[in-house]
Amino acid sequence: MTLAPGRGKKVKLDRLAELSAVRDDERGVSLWREAMRRLRRNPAAIVGAVILVLFVLVAVVGPFFVPYGTTDTMGIREGVVKSGQGIIPGPSADHWLGYDHQGRDEFSRLVVGARQTLIVGIVSTLIGLTIGVFLGGLAGAAAGLGGRWGRALDNVLMRIVDMMLSLPSLLLAVSVAALLGPSIVTVMIAVGVVSVPIFARLLRGSMIAQANRDYVLAASSLGVRGSKIAISHILPNSLAPVIVQATLTLATAIIEVAALSFLGLGNPDSAVPEWGLMLADAQPYLGIRPGLAIYPAVGIIITALGFTLLGEAMREALDPKLRR
Amino acid sequence: MSEPTEALVEVRNLKVHFPITTGVLFDRVVGHVKAVDGVDLSVPRGQTYGLVGESGCGKSTLGRAILQLTPPTEGEVRFDGVELTTLPAGPLRSMRRRMQMIFQDPMSSLDPRQNVESILTEGLAAHAIGGGRTERREIINKTLDAVGLPHWALSRYPHEFSGGQRQRIGIARALVLGPELIVADEPVSALDVSIQAQVINLLNELQDELGLTYLVIAHDLAVVRHISDVVGVMYLGALVEEAPSDRLYRQPLHPYTKALMSAVPVPDPDIEDRRERILLAGDLPSPANPPAGCRFHTRCPWAQPTRCSDERPVLRDVGGTKVACHWAEPIASGEIRSHEVRVELVRPADEGEAPAVVSAPSEPGAYL
Amino acid sequence: MALLDVQDLSVTFARRGQRTVHAVDGVSFNVDAGEVVGLVGESGCGKSVTSLALMGLLPRQRGVHVGGTANFDGTDLLSLDQRSMRDVRGRDVAMIFQDPLSSLNPVVPIGLQVTEVLVRHRDMGRDAARKEAVELLDRVGIPDPRRRLKEYPHQLSGGMRQRALIAMAVACQPRLLIADEPTTALDVTIQAQILELLKELVRDLGTALIMITHDLGVVAGMCDTINVLYAGRVVETARRRELFAGRRHPYTEGLLASIPRLDAGRGEKLTPIRGSVRDVLPWLDGCAFAPRCDRRVEACVGEPPAMVPTHTGHEYRCVNPVPLASKEEAGA
Repeated sequence: MTLAPGRGKKVKLDRLAELSAVRDDERGVSLWREAMRRLRRNPAAIVGAVILVLFVLVAVVGPFFVPYGTTDTMGIREGVVKSGQGIIPGPSADHWLGYDHQGRDEFSRLVVGARQTLIVGIVSTLIGLTIGVFLGGLAGAAAGLGGRWGRALDNVLMRIVDMMLSLPSLLLAVSVAALLGPSIVTVMIAVGVVSVPIFARLLRGSMIAQANRDYVLAASSLGVRGSKIAISHILPNSLAPVIVQATLTLATAIIEVAALSFLGLGNPDSAVPEWGLMLADAQPYLGIRPGLAIYPAVGIIITALGFTLLGEAMREALDPKLRR
Repeated sequence: MSEPTEALVEVRNLKVHFPITTGVLFDRVVGHVKAVDGVDLSVPRGQTYGLVGESGCGKSTLGRAILQLTPPTEGEVRFDGVELTTLPAGPLRSMRRRMQMIFQDPMSSLDPRQNVESILTEGLAAHAIGGGRTERREIINKTLDAVGLPHWALSRYPHEFSGGQRQRIGIARALVLGPELIVADEPVSALDVSIQAQVINLLNELQDELGLTYLVIAHDLAVVRHISDVVGVMYLGALVEEAPSDRLYRQPLHPYTKALMSAVPVPDPDIEDRRERILLAGDLPSPANPPAGCRFHTRCPWAQPTRCSDERPVLRDVGGTKVACHWAEPIASGEIRSHEVRVELVRPADEGEAPAVVSAPSEPGAYL
Repeated sequence: MALLDVQDLSVTFARRGQRTVHAVDGVSFNVDAGEVVGLVGESGCGKSVTSLALMGLLPRQRGVHVGGTANFDGTDLLSLDQRSMRDVRGRDVAMIFQDPLSSLNPVVPIGLQVTEVLVRHRDMGRDAARKEAVELLDRVGIPDPRRRLKEYPHQLSGGMRQRALIAMAVACQPRLLIADEPTTALDVTIQAQILELLKELVRDLGTALIMITHDLGVVAGMCDTINVLYAGRVVETARRRELFAGRRHPYTEGLLASIPRLDAGRGEKLTPIRGSVRDVLPWLDGCAFAPRCDRRVEACVGEPPAMVPTHTGHEYRCVNPVPLASKEEAGA
């Protein structure tokens, strides 16, 4: 295959004649940099990233700029909202998305709700990620490097993870709610714990696969200790699928938290806006003002889409097989 | 090499058996894959021992077992007089400095997340060699010079290099600790044909310059020819023949060695037309269930009705060559002729099947 | 009249945002009926892509462009549509691939894969096809073929799988067989068996064979004519003996001097070819091998060298070829 450009032939030829196929005028390109490069060229990744940046901006900065307070039931005070009689005004010049069933400004609630949703998504994923990575990493390192005792430890850890796998999030949420009372923390714990087995198994599998590679054997033959091999060699090379899974889990976590809130296991006080809760509260008014359900739903969908697009693009970018 | 040089590595009755397990919750051992099944060999100091064999013969496992990267099931490995199999973890790790390995696949034997400097420093750091960064840099730069890589390669990552250059990085990694023994596991088989010569020449030069001892493991007889002083041929976990390189290639004694030699293609049409082929019938038996007696007797064109199927031959000296065959002398003198061999089909998991007759190999003749 | 006449075959892969890759850059060779022709070269020289192009197996995507002609007994293979190509494949031209495990369908029994070929191209009924399949498997040296019919690829060893692939390929007695590195993944003793089998089949069936490999030893034993490829173009064509005894192209010379040989002595130094396959000049700008060539002269850069024909049919693409006298120094 012919690849080299033909400029300045004479000079190029002499230089090419040396034992080198690498340009010596740059720094090395690590795998991360190459992945970033590939991400930048992927349109899906760009769309996903844009969505997420907007979402984060809205969530973090938005609440400072909302026109009204989120708990101000002005609609009822002003007498324009009479939910019992089926009158909830929609979008207008003053209230861009109209009022909600309690007379609060829907737009402000939507914006502030973004922040709560973001926090909820991140925290629940983080819970799953940290516990899962710890368990899976330990199991993977033990199984890959530990010999007979290592495999036994791996066995024990995986049975624990299997037990967690058998818990459906709903059941867990209900149990935790019974203990702690329904709140946003309950829901986050439930969703977080349920995602632990996914991360644990993913990381463990990835680490075991890496532990069989030659570079791990090479490190042992150099005389590097097992623990150092696990942390500096195996772990970094095993994280790629976990990172991709984390972005995808963020997307589903948001949806799951919304679902559990919808079922009443989340924060019962509807004063603090959260998209899932708003969706739940809008249910009785679907006939009168479907917008109250549609707005938070669309928000959830778009955000989840953004995370999913980015996650899939990252999977492609980090895939060593696609590297040329 | 007629004068006896002392052995740097001595291996006695080495066995590596991998258990085959089944079971859902608790693993139950149902059998063993006898990857290495009783091997004696010694690697003379300052020379190259070439270990050849086809896939499944156990040569890679033997190399790793010698370095204790795979723990041997039985047997002894003496390195410079020190018994390695009984060394505790700490002293073993320090011992590793003196015996290093070069791997087959240059892509997978380098951590893709480490740049070259990190790869080379790792060994130094593990053994606390070199006081500070500058001292280590010096050692690394000298090593890079020795393998023919430019200094600016240090900041690069493995995927930015070609296959041959990656293999040089692997060699540099092994050299940087200043070892006495290097075990090279298929050092050139993953490289392009025209690059193989570069690496082979490099290995030869390094041996002359630094007085290294090599154990080269390869399936390519021609490569081994170019680099070895002593050659050992392995089949199904055991050494079947061992001789000084010239003698082995000129006059192989063991039937398997003869077949192996006659099968290697030579880029010379005259030789290819003239030579006699000894075609082996069927497949390699499973290492989990090697044949009784002489492991090769199921495919051997010279197998005799007595001894071959019930008595495992010992590696014995026949005129300067060590050979594990009951009938080595009569075969060499032509007293015994080759004959048809019934093919036993071997599955990857089970034993052989009902045999059928297959086209016969011809009489022994020139293999080259 | 040659059975297959390939003229100026070119295959380019263009992807958005990446440089165009000229995998095959003007390859011409021909194959006579019953002849064994070798395509020799290292990785990246375009030999595999050539065979895929001839068989119409290249992915039909926007960025893939195939040019040139491949005249097979009057028909240009490259101009055929998918449907006609499917008829040609298996019946007139068949291919044997490198890795039998990935070329055989792992969930379909061997017997079915062989009979499928027979049913498709020779219009046989199932029972007749099964009988024929048993005979075919026997012919290629698979013991107890009747039982093998029901078995799956993973139950056979590498050598046996390759034999099964060969059985599928010769099932319809094609006039041309293309073998793409058929023995590279096999052990050397198994390789000898397979090559011997191929030689027998070619002789008995009168099939022409294109043998694609990087191993000069294999072509020395098997081929009548040998084409050496470099960077997507043929750089030397010769009859077997002439190529080895009197090679002209520096790349061929370099290859022969650099490969380790069984018949050489210990310590005989190998002469490697400088640089690597990446150090290449596009054919447009001169000779692609120039960066690595010891015999490079001014004329090598600027214009692509043309094939120099000789009266013996030996052709080479070089303006400063290896002189004939050197064949005495470069021993066998």
